[in-house]
Amino acid sequence: MTGTPEQGHQEAAGAAAPGPGAGAGPGAEAGSGRTAGEWPLWEVFVRARRGLSHTHAGSLHAPDAELALRNARDLYTRRGEGVSIWVVPSAAVTASSPDEKDPFFEPSADKPYRHPTFYEIPEGVRHL
Amino acid sequence: MTATAETAPVLALGDDALVLSHRLGEWAGHAPVLEEEVALANIALDLLGQARVLLSLVGDEDELAYLREERAFRNCQLVEQPNGDFAHTIARQLYFSTYQHLLYARLAAAGDGSGPLAALAAKAVKEVAYHQDHARQWTLRLGDGTDESHRRMQRGCESLWRFTGELFQPLGGAQGPAEDVRPGSRPGGVGDGGLGDGGLVVDWAALEADWLSSVTAVLEEATLSVPDGPRRGAWSAGAGRQGVHTEAFGRMLAEMQHLHRSHPGASW
Repeated sequence: MTGTPEQGHQEAAGAAAPGPGAGAGPGAEAGSGRTAGEWPLWEVFVRARRGLSHTHAGSLHAPDAELALRNARDLYTRRGEGVSIWVVPSAAVTASSPDEKDPFFEPSADKPYRHPTFYEIPEGVRHL
Repeated sequence: MTATAETAPVLALGDDALVLSHRLGEWAGHAPVLEEEVALANIALDLLGQARVLLSLVGDEDELAYLREERAFRNCQLVEQPNGDFAHTIARQLYFSTYQHLLYARLAAAGDGSGPLAALAAKAVKEVAYHQDHARQWTLRLGDGTDESHRRMQRGCESLWRFTGELFQPLGGAQGPAEDVRPGSRPGGVGDGGLGDGGLVVDWAALEADWLSSVTAVLEEATLSVPDGPRRGAWSAGAGRQGVHTEAFGRMLAEMQHLHRSHPGASW
């Protein structure tokens, strides 16, 4: 269990029967693209097994974090994909803009020495 | 098709799982949101898996599921109740998954004492722990939500309350409640939980007390009042274990069985 159940109920209260004034959910404050009465969007990260990082699996709607976690379990770990799940309000993600693509990513194109290709990788090292 | 003394409790548990699985499956395409639809379908599939194991211990699973008449089903009346609104379904889930979790935890703890049920109980107890958590989470949110969600959740809890007494009728052999289910009358060393000659060896009174305190805790946390109607006696329901079912069950069975009955022996 994560989060605070107390807080959870109150947040869900708005989501259970949304209407004017509803929407005190965690994603509500940012709420970009969220129409009235719709549950906030959450990004789901799943760790496939110990030793690996959490990777982005997808997104879903849920009234609060506790239920987002459970929905993520039902949607993204049905086939034994995970041992751990993170859920993050989509509104909390700051993404780079396509307009910034060149200044952000172009400068690294001509710097091959940054790639670890000049090293011998010892045998037995996995996930590198 | 009649169950023997040994298989009667297994049949009852299997029918519970089968019937509730079908009811939850009815939400497919109708759930309030896509995420919740998958959640309910997952629970239904867990229950269907349990039903298959249990019914296979009694006989041919397809024959038992699809070719029995209404009166031959031994599920409790709670699980056959129509879905109603979402809150009604959640109330049914809260009552039943709490019961199932307590029961399977006892059977799993008894280990080999549960005989053929040991392996199933060990697996099912984890599944139903999630079902119970799901029901609790929703009960809290609907009960402690808006005026309307509170009203509907309270109504669901009230209307199903009278079906909950039946859950704690001892699951004895075909002749009825076994004599050895009372605390203290078990052979020395046998824990609470297991499958004996006369039925499930479970301290049903303790199970009911645990159920009541667990459900009460959730309802109170959800700002709901615990229903005060009768749970057993002349004015309560509950003869499903004897094969007497409520009106809606016949229609549910017709839908569940019609394909198999129309195309006997058909396969994919």
